[in-house]
Amino acid sequence: MALTLASRRTTRKLAADVGLLVVAVAFALPLAWVVLSSLDPHADLRVKAPDGLTLDNFDAIMNSDVTFTPLLNSLILCGGATLLTVVCAALAAYPLSRFRSRLNRPFLLTILFATSLPITAIMVPVYALFVQVDLIDTVQGTILFFAASQLPFAIWLMKNFMDGVPKELEEAAWTDGASSLQSLVRVVLPLMGPGVAVVTVFSFVMMWGNFFVPFMLLLTPDQMPASVSINEFFGNRGTVVYGQLAAFSVIYSTPVILLYVLVARRLGGGFALGGAVKG
Amino acid sequence: MTTAPHADPGVVKTAPGPAPHAPALRPGHHPVLRALARALPVSPALVLLLLFLAGPIAYCAYIAFTDLQLTGQAHSSFVGLDNFRTAFKDEKFLNAVWLTLVFTVLSSLVGQNTLGLALASLMQRASKPVRTLTGAVVITAWVLPEVVAGFLLYAFFRREGTLNAILDWLHLPAQNWLFTLPILAVSFANVWRGTAFSMLVYSAALNEIPKEITEAAEVDGAGGWRRMWHITLPMIRRSIGTNLMLNTLQTLSVFGLIWVMTRGGPGDRSQTLPLFMYEQAFQNSMIGYGTAVALLLLLVGSLFSLVYLRLLRTEV
Repeated sequence: MALTLASRRTTRKLAADVGLLVVAVAFALPLAWVVLSSLDPHADLRVKAPDGLTLDNFDAIMNSDVTFTPLLNSLILCGGATLLTVVCAALAAYPLSRFRSRLNRPFLLTILFATSLPITAIMVPVYALFVQVDLIDTVQGTILFFAASQLPFAIWLMKNFMDGVPKELEEAAWTDGASSLQSLVRVVLPLMGPGVAVVTVFSFVMMWGNFFVPFMLLLTPDQMPASVSINEFFGNRGTVVYGQLAAFSVIYSTPVILLYVLVARRLGGGFALGGAVKG
Repeated sequence: MTTAPHADPGVVKTAPGPAPHAPALRPGHHPVLRALARALPVSPALVLLLLFLAGPIAYCAYIAFTDLQLTGQAHSSFVGLDNFRTAFKDEKFLNAVWLTLVFTVLSSLVGQNTLGLALASLMQRASKPVRTLTGAVVITAWVLPEVVAGFLLYAFFRREGTLNAILDWLHLPAQNWLFTLPILAVSFANVWRGTAFSMLVYSAALNEIPKEITEAAEVDGAGGWRRMWHITLPMIRRSIGTNLMLNTLQTLSVFGLIWVMTRGGPGDRSQTLPLFMYEQAFQNSMIGYGTAVALLLLLVGSLFSLVYLRLLRTEV
């Protein structure tokens, strides 16, 4: 009995491996295309071994018009909005985590409700509103909206991380006469470093990949982040140089993949933001 | 990527116990003043949320009932339910509703959810290197920026693309997928991009199931499918519920992926509601009408969001 069970398990393990590998190959094909094409002097739309490896595609796009300005714009937009999000979320999470109030529960439920609202749906009214208040086509307006759209989730996450920091550690600071703000900045936040890192990285990653918000709220081509400017590869009506498009995609995607790896490593695969972030 | 809270059970933590020794706040010993002083740090977030999130939602609810246009109009006027009446008579709107339904059912309910569960349960048994490799590939697809994912799958499904190359190789008929079956192509794209989330949620849920239970069933001779159906699925039903809600909400608001792959076309054959809303508001300059559609989308989203909250609350 034990023997058959064991051999059945081996078979099952093999079957599971084969099944997973099939899916992995299917998922890897589009990824293989972008990597191979970026190095291929004659890239087209299908996965194939490159006709010799070259960095020409990268060379061709390494200029301020195509790559540097959009990436810098992305960095300013997402960096600014992430900073604003993290600061506001940390401040808001503190009283929610530390003090009991009748308003905590309704506030948190509203926040949780807001995390899952389809932001796409409000972009048309946001556009109309931004036209009215002259925030349309401004970087600061887009930053403010980005931060607001990310805040519910950031507050939620930050509050849950903060709950994990024992209160006893603050008490010493309180008896020394530290204010709430001082104990937040000096005691609580340093103790929840990984938590703050997660909120920061995920806010940033989400904004970095967001297309619709800057697409709607920014108009001047010079201000566009990489998520919008990448469409230019198709825009100029000529033949699309797929190798360059692929090279740009690689450069634009690398930071978020690295950031994800950084956080996933730091917290161990188990946390996985498993339930924390949806595609 | 959009965000959603942790789908693990018991995440709704209500207010923690009171601080044993709250810091002495100088401004006022009056309880109301003290409460206000304590709540003060919430205010920057609250202002941002009110101005840039609640504000637009309220504005949305207002202009959905007006005939606001993009250009050449001195002021808009209140038109009551006209926009909604127009919508339900508009074949293009009904087409978009239908396509949104197809897109959601195919890519979220059937695709991401089932494939995610299948991957997670296979991962329970697979060997470590295979598990790690598959996880890495699937998660990379998920972490990529939306627009990049769109391009990758555009290349995959194009007439000259990888899919047809494979079909050629297998001597199967190739076709122009983005033309013949655009909604199917974008649905597959969404599965490619979103499955990692379900996979992670279900992996976490399956890890929670005590080994003894499945092993006991196995010794009793229950086969793989029966164990799945009678033991595993009932034990992770909460995760299934939250995962379905979150997948659906995410899928309802997909714009960039479809925009990059098909622009909603050819014609309007992959034009889901967000793309329809965009077209009405900007190509046709009917902001009022576009917003009415947006409001409907928002209402459906809120409904799902409430169900999701409900699911979380039953766990507390």
